[in-house]
Amino acid sequence: MTVVTVNGIEQKIQVDPTTPLLWVLREQLQLTGTKFGCGIAQCGACTVQVNGVAMRSCVTPVSAVAGQNVTTIEGLAPGPDELHPLQQSWIDEQVPQCGYCQSGQLMSAAALLAQNSSPSDDDIDGAMSGNICRCGMYSRIRKAIKSAAGVQQFEPSAVDFLEGETNG
Amino acid sequence: MGKWTRRGFITAGIIAGGGLIVGVAIRPGNRATKLSKHVTGDGETLLHTWVKLDNSNVVTAIVPHSEMGQGVGTALAQMLAEELDADWSLVEFEEAPAISEFANYPMGKGMLFAGLDIPDFVVPTVDGVLIRTAQALDLQITGGSASVRATGAYGMRVAGAAVKEMLRIAAAEAWQVPVDQVIARDSQMIHEATGRSEPYSAFAAAAAEMSPPASPVLKTSDEFKIMGRDVQRHDLPPKVDGTAIFALDIRVPNMVYATVRRAPSFAGGVENIDDTVTRSMNGVVDIVKLPPADVSALLGSFSSAESVAVVAEGYWQAKQGMNALRIQWRATENDRVSSDSIFEQFDRDISAAIDFKSDASEGNVAASIADAAQVIEADYRVPYLAHTCMEPLNATAVVKEGFCEIWIGCQSPLSFRQAVADSLGFDVENVTLNNCFMGGGFGRKSRPDYAIQAAQLAAKIGRPVQLIWSREEDVRQDFYRPAVQSRFRAAIDQEGNLTAWENTYAGKMEPAAAPLVPYTVAAKKIGHVPSPTHVPLGAWRSVDHSQHGFFTESFIDEVATAAGQDPYEYRAARLKHLPRQLAVLKKAATEAQWGVPLAPGRGRGIALQECFGSIVAEVVEVTVNEGDLSVDRVVAVIDAGYAVSPDGMRAQIESGIIYGLSAALYGEITIEDGAVAQSNFHDYPSVRMSKAPAIETYIINSGEAMGGAGEPGTPPIAPALANAVFNATGQRIRELPLQNSALNV
Ligand code: FES
Ligand code: FES
Repeated sequence: MTVVTVNGIEQKIQVDPTTPLLWVLREQLQLTGTKFGCGIAQCGACTVQVNGVAMRSCVTPVSAVAGQNVTTIEGLAPGPDELHPLQQSWIDEQVPQCGYCQSGQLMSAAALLAQNSSPSDDDIDGAMSGNICRCGMYSRIRKAIKSAAGVQQFEPSAVDFLEGETNG
Repeated sequence: MGKWTRRGFITAGIIAGGGLIVGVAIRPGNRATKLSKHVTGDGETLLHTWVKLDNSNVVTAIVPHSEMGQGVGTALAQMLAEELDADWSLVEFEEAPAISEFANYPMGKGMLFAGLDIPDFVVPTVDGVLIRTAQALDLQITGGSASVRATGAYGMRVAGAAVKEMLRIAAAEAWQVPVDQVIARDSQMIHEATGRSEPYSAFAAAAAEMSPPASPVLKTSDEFKIMGRDVQRHDLPPKVDGTAIFALDIRVPNMVYATVRRAPSFAGGVENIDDTVTRSMNGVVDIVKLPPADVSALLGSFSSAESVAVVAEGYWQAKQGMNALRIQWRATENDRVSSDSIFEQFDRDISAAIDFKSDASEGNVAASIADAAQVIEADYRVPYLAHTCMEPLNATAVVKEGFCEIWIGCQSPLSFRQAVADSLGFDVENVTLNNCFMGGGFGRKSRPDYAIQAAQLAAKIGRPVQLIWSREEDVRQDFYRPAVQSRFRAAIDQEGNLTAWENTYAGKMEPAAAPLVPYTVAAKKIGHVPSPTHVPLGAWRSVDHSQHGFFTESFIDEVATAAGQDPYEYRAARLKHLPRQLAVLKKAATEAQWGVPLAPGRGRGIALQECFGSIVAEVVEVTVNEGDLSVDRVVAVIDAGYAVSPDGMRAQIESGIIYGLSAALYGEITIEDGAVAQSNFHDYPSVRMSKAPAIETYIINSGEAMGGAGEPGTPPIAPALANAVFNATGQRIRELPLQNSALNV
């Protein structure tokens, strides 16, 4: 049995410990917001945060996150009727097309902003190039990250939340 | 023509001027049980296929298209709301269920008659023919960029206007006032003289008893209040919090998971399977051989080979089980085929020109070539391409007591439903298909092979099955954009004028116009020769335009260079007869500061292509620094007649550009020993954030017939890029992808 904290809730999981976290989230925990795209750490659709760091859940055995804090797209917003600043800017900039890659994009972007509240273009390239969007919404993603970062600069509470959330 | 009955049901209604309305007006308890189950709420009235009005005055557009990501629903709902004079906050949309009553007749009409002004007296005939054609094809497909231009223009707007007329008449009767004094505004009927005002929904029941007007009057563009405005897409909130349900997210009690594999060289089934290891693995439920399947779609018929499935309690277990299988595939003659042998065959077939079929012929090409000051010749090639939709193919099926229910993301729900029924030997009425949000389609999800596999597995196993293809299977068992070779010869006179254009290529799908050039030329001869291979082909975003745009727009650049002229000026001088094309080209050149010199190592390229009723020009700016290529900027201009959702159109153009850029830089499926050599994103890469150029999109509303937006952004990007590379380096790119050139991409 593996014990993992997912979106703040402790979960006891009965699977072969080599099973990738992605399938545990989707099949055991019914958290289907995290997507399967390639299975080999190439596309980023399966990105979650482990202790605030973006990870590809398709190649992370569930045993490797035992005792750790996992955050998925379902746990990104601060509360049931609230949005994370990035989710809001994703809507404001009309980022998603098909939307399939966007959970992964948001989890990578949130990990970036938690580390770096005003990322440069190079920072964005570095943090986001592991996430493929076959619908090609890269300019919108870039713009949405920058505008969410702007929000954070003017709203210290949002920064506090992000640090609190992602550090545990 | 259908008729209204006392029960308010209409089988088919045709409205002169282009609209065709089916399944109009139905209320709970209606005899047409198949439709009535879609009128769920008490007090809801389904006014007709496209419109549902509930008693809280919310209008729902029922959209007969699949949401692949284009925001189709929003643009169509805008068109309906505009003509209906509805309050936008009271407008919603849902996708039409996969039953024949919702077949997309207007789309068939748009594809067949796009841009034609059909005289009123012929309309009933055209509609009559189309009803039958569409019924025969069970046409409910998303593709050909047809959503807005066909369904919207021919269906939604007419429907909205018709419904408004009916509601106005109903209001006039209820209030006993002349109908021309009743005003429709923001989902309210208003009679100013008496100060009366009631919501549309108050008149829905009375309107449902009425015949639709013969020819509702549509607004002109200066009257638009909702069309042409940026509105927020309805489908985005669930796409940012993980709650949007794609087919992969369906969960059915007692469900098992499966994954499949087919013969790598496409034909030839299983010779032998050693499944000893797999059967002993934890969680493995069964190993199943699935028969070959007919997976014909609109673009050519095809039968896919036998496959092997591993069914397990979880996907991971199924995948591990598959990896442990020892499958021996039957050898076939395909096994000797390679990309090299395929291109040698194309080359031979083009040279031999046996069975040459003409696409266009004008003037005397041989004479122009004989008289030429200069003859320019070149051969171009593009490879096979896979679609790699972000969401790998998957479907969930339940088969029980002669019924099948399936959840899937697909571009052609009605034909998928038929294919599933056929494969199970069921009546189509006993198959329910639920189309979910689709994680990309791009043409791949119009072939029903994955639906058939899921249904057959569920029937065999006796439990609900979610079939998930691995990415490797997705790359290796696609219906590919064809590999094509295209041979050109052009003649110019002393002044550089284009006097002959000759083009022969191997392989053709559609649309027929894809290889035609818009430029004035005295003589031309364009055509193709057959050169079939065993590789399965399918529609790939923009279909034949994706390759021919690259060929013709690169070669015209070569001609301009040979004539010693600027490639933009050279094109513009030959477009005087096509003012829309000229305006688009000019706007692109202006916005991109064409003619303003660039630093050494930098270059600009331009390209123009009309497809699916829209005209798009793109200018690409590149930097080549010690052999490293970077794509810095793309300026795109589109004239799609009229942009219903301008921001939605810009998003689609951005998307089409990145999709085409991925193909131009990296996209290549090669054949070795009859099979696809690539397998996943590491060897079939996509453009990523760090390589994505800045894109500026400009829209021209010419007011001409509406064109599509999902596909036309793709064709110009490869030639504009290749022309920019030439401008920067003097190196002409005649083969894609650029990854195979001397440049580092
Ligand atoms: S599914 Fe994990 S990176 Fe693609
Ligand atoms: S929005 Fe479709 S893949 Fe990114």
